[in-house]
Amino acid sequence: MATSPSTERRTAAGLLWTPFAALIKLIDLPMRAVQRLIGERRMAYVFLLPNLLFFSLFVFVPLIVNVVFSVTGGAALFPSERPFVGTGQYAYLFDCGSFLDPNSCREDHFWRGVANTARFTLFQVVAMVLFSLVTAVVLNMRIKARGFFRAVYFFPVLLSPVVVALTWKWILQRDGLLNAGITALGGERILFFVDPSWAMFWAVFVSIWAHMGFYTLILLAGLQAIPADLYEAAEMDATPRWRAFWCITLPLLWPNMVVVIVLALIKGVQTFDEVFVLTGGGPGTATLMVVQYIYETAFSNQVQNFGLAAAASVVLGVVLFTLTLAQLAASRRKDA
Amino acid sequence: MTRTRWISALALTGSLLAGGIAQAQTTVRMTWYSDGNEGEVVTDLLKRFEAQNKDIKVVLDQVPYKAITENLPVQLASGQGPDIARVVDLGGVARYALDLRPYLKDAGYWDKNFGPFLEWMRPQGDTTSIPGFMTQLTVTGPFVNKTLFEQAGIAMPGAKATWEEWAKASKDVAAKVQAPFPIAIDRSGHRFFGIAISEGAKVFDAKGEPAVIDDGFKRAAQMVFDWHKNGVMGKELWGSVSGAAYRGANDEFKNAQVAMYMSGSWQIAQFDKTIGNAFDWVAVPMPCGPAACTGMPGGAGLVAIKTTKNPEAVAKVMEYLASEPVLSELYSRSLAVPGHLGIAAKGLDYKDASPLAKASLKVFSDQVAGLSPIAYKLQGYVNNRIIFNAAISRVGQAISGETTLDEAYKRIASDVEQQIAERNKK
Repeated sequence: MATSPSTERRTAAGLLWTPFAALIKLIDLPMRAVQRLIGERRMAYVFLLPNLLFFSLFVFVPLIVNVVFSVTGGAALFPSERPFVGTGQYAYLFDCGSFLDPNSCREDHFWRGVANTARFTLFQVVAMVLFSLVTAVVLNMRIKARGFFRAVYFFPVLLSPVVVALTWKWILQRDGLLNAGITALGGERILFFVDPSWAMFWAVFVSIWAHMGFYTLILLAGLQAIPADLYEAAEMDATPRWRAFWCITLPLLWPNMVVVIVLALIKGVQTFDEVFVLTGGGPGTATLMVVQYIYETAFSNQVQNFGLAAAASVVLGVVLFTLTLAQLAASRRKDA
Repeated sequence: MTRTRWISALALTGSLLAGGIAQAQTTVRMTWYSDGNEGEVVTDLLKRFEAQNKDIKVVLDQVPYKAITENLPVQLASGQGPDIARVVDLGGVARYALDLRPYLKDAGYWDKNFGPFLEWMRPQGDTTSIPGFMTQLTVTGPFVNKTLFEQAGIAMPGAKATWEEWAKASKDVAAKVQAPFPIAIDRSGHRFFGIAISEGAKVFDAKGEPAVIDDGFKRAAQMVFDWHKNGVMGKELWGSVSGAAYRGANDEFKNAQVAMYMSGSWQIAQFDKTIGNAFDWVAVPMPCGPAACTGMPGGAGLVAIKTTKNPEAVAKVMEYLASEPVLSELYSRSLAVPGHLGIAAKGLDYKDASPLAKASLKVFSDQVAGLSPIAYKLQGYVNNRIIFNAAISRVGQAISGETTLDEAYKRIASDVEQQIAERNKK
C-alpha cells in the first residue's frame, strides 16, 4: 500500500520523537514523586537547583574565599596557612588622615585608584550618555545608509578591550599616527601618555569609543518604542522639534537612560583592561584604577599580598553591589 | 592464514611493547622564558638529551617573562608548578627549589663551577643546597650609539668617566643630531641600583637589614630626577606608567633615537640581530659615581622544583644541561655571559656573534669581577625585588610630578618595611 508524503513525514517525526518521549517519561516519574513530596509550589526550587549549584560554585564560593582572604595576612597561598588578622587589612586600607588626600593615607595607591576611578567614571558616564543619546537620535532618523552606520557604531563593542587599547596606543604614542598628522601639519608633537590630563582624557575617550555602540543600541530600542502618533500630534500643534524632544522623547526615554547610566557606572567602576594596556596606570598613578591596584597588589609585587588585595576587592564589591541594587530599582521602576 | 596470524601476533606484541616503553617514559615539564634566542637553543639541546635518554621526555613550555614573575610564584605556591623553571627572581622562588645534591653524580662539579651563584638560589640560612645553575649571568650597563657620537663630532667619555660626564656628552650629541633621548635607562629598580651603589648607596645597615634610603641613594635619585627635568632623559619610560611596571627603550635604541641606553648584557643578542649594520653600537664600562663604577649582577637560573614527582629524572636533565660542553653551547649560541666559573675562566668563543656583539660581550664579561660587593649582596638578598619595586614605583611618581622626592623616600622606606613584615607574618 502506498503512503502519502505527509504520512511519511509524520512517521519520520514520530521516530525522532520516540527517544525524547522516553526520556521525558523517565524524568517525569521521579519529578512527580518529588512534587507529591514537596508540593507544587516548591517545585520552582527544584528547577532552579542546577543553576543555583553552578552559580554557587563559580560565584558564591569565590566570594566567600575572597572574604576569608581579606581577614588573613602573610604571603602563603592557602587560607589554612595564612594567619588570621581580623579587620587588619581593612584598617590598613582605611588608615587615612583625609580621604580626599591620598598622600595622607598609608596605602596611598589604593586611594589614588579610588580617586582616579571616581574621576574616570564621572567623565565617562556623562560623556557616554550624551554621545550615545545623540548617536541614537541620529540613527533613529531616516538617514541614508542607516543600517551601515548602526553597524559601524556597534562594531567596536565586538572587539577585545586589549585590541582596542593597543590600536589606540599605536595611534597616540610619540611616533604614532596622530602625532604624525600633527607634525605633518606643522604642529608640535604631543606626548599624550606623559601628561596626566591627556592620559585621563584618552582613557575616557577610548572607553567611550569602545562601548558607546552598546549603550546606543539600548537607547535606540527605547526611541523606537515611543509611539509615532505622539510626534504627529506635536507636529500638528506646530511644536518646535527641540520642544518635542524635550517634552516627548526625553521623558519617555528616561527609563532607558537610567539603565544606561547605571550600567555605564558599573562598567566605569570595574574598568581595568583597556586603561591598563593603554596607559599602564600612568603617568605616575594618574590613571591607576582600583582594579589595577587590586591586580598589582595580588600578583605584581614580590610579596603577593592576597589579603590586602582581597580586602580592596570586598570594598569594590560593596560599591558594585550598591550600584547593582540601584540598577534593579531603576529597572523595576521602568517595568512599572 | 597461519602466516597472517603470525604477522598479527607480532604486530600486537610490538605495539604492546611500544606501549610499555611509552608508559615507562618519565615526563619532565620545564617552564622557560627567553630574552632572545635561548628558547630555540634549549629546544635543540633537549632534543639531543631525549635522543640519548629514551626514558625521559622533556616538555618545554615557553612562556613570556611576565608569566615567570607573576604566574609562576602562584603556581609554585599551589604546588602545581613545573618540574624545572627558568627564573629571574631567584631569591623569591628559593623556598620552592629542590636540593639536587642527593641526586647528582658529581655535586663537587656544581660547587666548583656555580658556587657564588648558588647562594642566590638558596633560602635564607641554607648554605649547602644545589637548586640549579645560571643559564645566563647578566651585568647591567650602558650601550652607546657610537655612530651618533661620530656624527655629532663629540668624543665618547672614556673608562672611569662619571655619570655626569656621560650625561653632558649624551645631551650634546642628542642636541646636535636631533635625537629625542640623550640617555634612556630601563624603568627597573635593578638598573637603578647599579647607579645608586655607584653614587654611594649602601642598601643594608650594619646588621644586614635593609636600610635603603641614605645619602648615596638620594644622590642617585636626585640625579635621575634632574635628568628628567633638564631633558637628559625623556619622561616616556620612568614617568609614563605606574607602580613597578617595567619599560625598556630597546625600540628607541634600535631606531637610533637614543645616544646612551642603560640596560644590560642580555640585550646583546637582540641588538646583534635587529640593528645589524644600521649603525655602530658598543657597550661601555659602567660610568662611575663617588663610591664605585658598578652595575648590578643578575641573570636567569634554571631551578629544579621540589614538588616534582621525578627528582631523579629532573637531576638527569639538569646534569645534562649544566655539563660544560652543553652549557658552553647555550651561552655561546645565545650570546650570554657565562655563569659557570670554568667556562668563564677558559673564555668562550661566540662563533655566531658579529664583531660588535663580541666586543660588547667582552666589556660586560670584564666587569663581572669588578662589581661592587654591595651589588652582589643585594642581588642575593631574598627580598630584593621588594626594594627594587618600591624604589622604581616611588621615584617614578616623583618624576611624573605627583610627589616630591622627599615624600618618595619616606614611602620607599615604609613600603619596604610593610612588605617584608607581610612576608614574615606566620
